Amino acid sequence: MDAKKVDRIAKRVIQTMVLMIVVLLVLILGYILVTGLSQTKLDFIFKISKAAQAGGGIRDQLFNSLYLLVLALLISVPLSLGAGIYLAEYAPDNWFTRMLKTLIEILSSLPSIVVGLFAYLVLVIKFQIGFSIIAGAMALTFFNLPLLTSNIENAFRNLPDSQREAGLALGLSQWKMIKGILLPRIVPSIITAVILSSGRIFGEAAALIYTSGQSAPILNYANWNPFSPDSPLNIMRPAETLAVHIWKLNSEGLTPDADAISAAASAVLIIVVLLFNISAHYFGEKLEQKLTAKR
Amino acid sequence: MENDVQKQLTSPSKATRENIRGKALTFIIASLIIVLTVAVIGFIAIKGITTFTKDGVNLWDFLTKSNWNPGSIKDGKPEVGAAPMILGSFLVTLLAAVIATPFSLAIGIYMSEYASKKTNKLLRPVLELFTGVPSVVYGFLGLVIIVPMMRTIFGGTGFGILPGAIVLFVMIFPTITSMVVDALTAVPVSYRQAALALGATQWQSIYKIVLRAATPGILTAVIFGMARAFGEALAVQMVIGNSVLMPTSLVSPTATLTSQLTSQIGNTIMGSIQNDALWSLALVLLIMSLFFNLLVKMIARKRKI
Amino acid sequence: MKEKNIIIPDHEVAISTKDMAVYYGEKKALHETRLSFPKYRITALIGASGSAKSTFLRSLNRMNDKVARVTGEINFEGININSSKVNVNELRRRIGMVFQQPNPFAKSIYDNITYALKYQGIKDKQTLDQIVEESLRGAALWDEVKDNLDKSALALSGGQQQRLCIARAIAVKPEILLLDEPASALDPISTAKLEETLMKLRENYTMIMVTHNMQQAARTSDYTAFFHLGEVYEYDHTSNIFQNPQVELTLNYVEGRFG
Repeated sequence: MDAKKVDRIAKRVIQTMVLMIVVLLVLILGYILVTGLSQTKLDFIFKISKAAQAGGGIRDQLFNSLYLLVLALLISVPLSLGAGIYLAEYAPDNWFTRMLKTLIEILSSLPSIVVGLFAYLVLVIKFQIGFSIIAGAMALTFFNLPLLTSNIENAFRNLPDSQREAGLALGLSQWKMIKGILLPRIVPSIITAVILSSGRIFGEAAALIYTSGQSAPILNYANWNPFSPDSPLNIMRPAETLAVHIWKLNSEGLTPDADAISAAASAVLIIVVLLFNISAHYFGEKLEQKLTAKR
Repeated sequence: MENDVQKQLTSPSKATRENIRGKALTFIIASLIIVLTVAVIGFIAIKGITTFTKDGVNLWDFLTKSNWNPGSIKDGKPEVGAAPMILGSFLVTLLAAVIATPFSLAIGIYMSEYASKKTNKLLRPVLELFTGVPSVVYGFLGLVIIVPMMRTIFGGTGFGILPGAIVLFVMIFPTITSMVVDALTAVPVSYRQAALALGATQWQSIYKIVLRAATPGILTAVIFGMARAFGEALAVQMVIGNSVLMPTSLVSPTATLTSQLTSQIGNTIMGSIQNDALWSLALVLLIMSLFFNLLVKMIARKRKI
Repeated sequence: MKEKNIIIPDHEVAISTKDMAVYYGEKKALHETRLSFPKYRITALIGASGSAKSTFLRSLNRMNDKVARVTGEINFEGININSSKVNVNELRRRIGMVFQQPNPFAKSIYDNITYALKYQGIKDKQTLDQIVEESLRGAALWDEVKDNLDKSALALSGGQQQRLCIARAIAVKPEILLLDEPASALDPISTAKLEETLMKLRENYTMIMVTHNMQQAARTSDYTAFFHLGEVYEYDHTSNIFQNPQVELTLNYVEGRFG
């Protein structure tokens, strides 16, 4: 066969495969959104879930997901920032730094179920915290820390040295220079990284089934006492999240309308992830423009 | 005699103290990550080897026997044969990678060689979105679409290796593709121009030059995808069937390391042999994850030379 | 002709080096130097690329600490500042620096100047306003930006940015100003304006300036040091360097035979 013919065929084959994938992706997205949003009324977002009968909602699960996300970010963002700053600005080129980097890579590649089981073993069992939001938030932190740290490290590394020199030459301490000059410049990158990691945290389930648990006590949203068991703010209560709920509905098979609720909850998950993605791009570009604006 | 200026120049100031504090603070936080990672590996390793040290299970039996019944004692030893799950994990992973790689290559080549900038601007975010779709959603889709489809085509329950591999394929394919695209676009344009200038067709330049130059990057992408597939728990657990049997076909119910862990760890009592055996599965998972990591490192090192 | 010609200015000295050398790893980038820089004068450091003139300059305020090893003495205010006992943050406040590329912070013009001042503990708004005006006037930028002090510094032109960097440097009232090719990224008009500014600042500041531009050295400086491949070959009054050099290498360089 001559080369020209092969060239044409190859191109055609590749185009066909691309088309197949695009169709597949459209079908997946379409299926979830259509079945998810058509079979249930939107008010299922505000209804409590039911285990053994139809018509349940996802109110508490949705809240739990959001609350866990916030807590996990509250713990992991400062830690990632510290570790990222150390790696980008202070770390000397020696065996310790190399080991640190290797371990961060290892941590980031561990399956989330392994991270979840570790948190279960140490927090839930050894420290006897029990299935609780705080155990879940810690598990999510372990899972989020390595990627966020490398994102932040890279953001610092991408800054030109001229900014560092400008600060140091004025007599600022290195710490003040990092905090006052460099940090504000990478805020857009940090926000983008945090939003993207939020998407991953929001959809994570394997790390949570044995940490924040698989039960959702009915919450009383009027109760703001964080020590009360039905308070939404209580961090010691078990908290099934939206993603865990989808898994549980499908692996137990007790709920008659499990499919409809799962589809609807999946649609909510995907929409939230989509929103995270879009806002990450939007914030990233917007803030970048603002900071480097040539007005 | 020291004057004031000399004194200021030679004594510590606010800045000196800030420097020490800042460096110490960030160093401590960085060290926390070390402690954490070592703790994860250490705890799981210690828990995982008790099956062999305390409960007297033979490592070889654990890896090769297919009777998983940790509660019952046979010939004075508990029956802890993890072969079905180890095999299950490897099969779904390999199969998923085998399906995903050609598609990832096709999209990668399309985006880096054929597509216009506009098309790329559209495809990139779509890939990112699908990378971000939670794995339970894929598991759910597998359960309501793939499993019934398998049942219709092959009969039986519809659960098994094949639906697991299909779900994993959809899950890891965006990740692999993004990395393949990066690897292909990193090949300098001059390589392609050189090939075309010599009279090669576009496909020849892609096949003989671009793909070859990007091979380490493509391999890394595939290994990354496999690592993700190997460690994925819930999506697989929802479609694999969850019975610890040697797979007799691609659509017979079986189990993987992750599916067994997910469905059983809550049903066993800490410290019992049933529980220890599960931690041994977690240890296998951990070792495989370290192995994938090592592979990626080795490719990266080779690339540098 | 002589092999080397290094004078000692008959003038009050602001900063001087004694056998100062710089190493990058094992490589000796700058051989032992002994130079004294007169107070309230502009000294130009000239030489081809790779002559280590920037390396020399950056050693004076210890900006090379992390990248190079500096041996020998640097005497300033009666002490050797090339010592681990010296507080580098305090030192850099007293020896300011302006870089090749304008590097304003991504903050407003006002904040660029007041950032280091606030750090030093000056909080009074009136004092800050006053210093901002003084510094901007000193850097000949006041008239151009006085109505837009809240504007982002990044919105200024390259020449304006560089003068803002000078204003920022003099706002903390250093005794010495080090300038590392401050005009290399600027167009001729901005360069002329910058030189004018430097001539004016000479009344209150000791300045040491690296430059590639020989006309600039001749126009603005009082003394000139000629660097070649990591060694200082000649240091004299600028007029002598350009009209009557004592060293053949200098002659060849100022006549443009290499560079």
